[in-house]
Amino acid sequence: MKKSDSYEEFIKGIWRDNPVFVQVLGMCPMLAVTNSAINAIAMGMATFFVLVGSSFLVSSFRHWIPKQVRISCFIIIIATFVTVADYTLLALVPKVHKELGAFIPLIVANCMILGRQEAFSSRYPVRLAVMDAMGMAGGFLLAMFSLGAIREILGDGALFGISLFGENFEPWIIMILPPGGFLTLGVILLFFNWFKFKKDEFLAEVAEAERSSR
Amino acid sequence: MNTKAPGSMRLVLTLAIAGLLSGVAIIGIYESTLPTITANKARELREAVFKVLPGVSRMQQLVYRNGELIASEETAKDEPVVYGGYDERGEFLGYAIPGAGPGFQDTIGLLFGFTPERQLVLGMEVLESRETPGLGDKIYKDEEFVGSFNELSIQPEIVAVKKGTSSRPNEIDAITGATISSKAVVRIINEAHADWLQRLPPPGSEPTLRDSTGDDT
Repeated sequence: MKKSDSYEEFIKGIWRDNPVFVQVLGMCPMLAVTNSAINAIAMGMATFFVLVGSSFLVSSFRHWIPKQVRISCFIIIIATFVTVADYTLLALVPKVHKELGAFIPLIVANCMILGRQEAFSSRYPVRLAVMDAMGMAGGFLLAMFSLGAIREILGDGALFGISLFGENFEPWIIMILPPGGFLTLGVILLFFNWFKFKKDEFLAEVAEAERSSR
Repeated sequence: MNTKAPGSMRLVLTLAIAGLLSGVAIIGIYESTLPTITANKARELREAVFKVLPGVSRMQQLVYRNGELIASEETAKDEPVVYGGYDERGEFLGYAIPGAGPGFQDTIGLLFGFTPERQLVLGMEVLESRETPGLGDKIYKDEEFVGSFNELSIQPEIVAVKKGTSSRPNEIDAITGATISSKAVVRIINEAHADWLQRLPPPGSEPTLRDSTGDDT
């Protein structure tokens, strides 16, 4: 493996290895709380905080944690950050907390977070671990926001609660109901796969042209 | 990572220390956010009481204890509670009665204003619900529906009828597409009203406003 630099670790989570659109992780909150842009962002921010905090701690203590009990230690660290996020949201933005409900405690069970600890933070130095966590969490936040925004615009005719289309817009209610989450996610995944397919095709063509011109 | 297997003592110690630190952190965040959370809840309740009882400027908590309604800040578990609303001079205007019951998806908790003198519901505010977005959530988003609880007769009880067909003073229009949620709201109010009817003192002998309570805090 080539020596990775922090920029590379950061950017891979945003696009190439996007936790939602490419790795298809963290689907529970993805489908459940993206019925409005603001909920999606709040959830994304909470996850961001938990992932970056946990990655920092796990990476700092990686030499002290015996590998037989590493998963339990990761979970204790993650659960602590989730509790902190839970109470902070409850105190600062009770309305958003009410909407997100049980999904904040459930961040503990988001496999993207535990996955990053096991696959990355427990093996790499703090700087890279934090960059990787920020990239992954940023990618997750971006995915949450795009889904939330699309669903709110189509299903409610509004973005961040501000009406976009005026009185006569008939909201496509199914988009803010659970099936809308599956539909939107499916279409976005389709786009990502199509894009990857086209890119591979293009790269193959370039390689072919280079070979023949030689 | 260590290559040789560490002793079980080391594993136990690691987990114990991790658990201890995590516990301290959780207690810390709990203690530091508790005052804000309690204050938020109290403010939310005050705002709701003022909304369902138009014209009210002061309130106090009333507890039904040993067969009578008394003003009290403290409540034992399972003790029924209502909120008395008073105007600036301390005149009694009405009760804000909490109620809860099953809705379409989950429990709906609400508060409604009630004047025993005129036997009218003065207003209704949904405090908590998880009704379907876009349909059931109209029980608090639809201003027409919420507004229909202003000065609504509750003799003998409220009836939700099909949209556009309410004619009697105790009838309201149910929301199209959210009939179950609308009827749940009406049923919760009727049940809470029936429960409280026997507990409330006769009109004119309501508990008076105690000066120490109900002021802006």
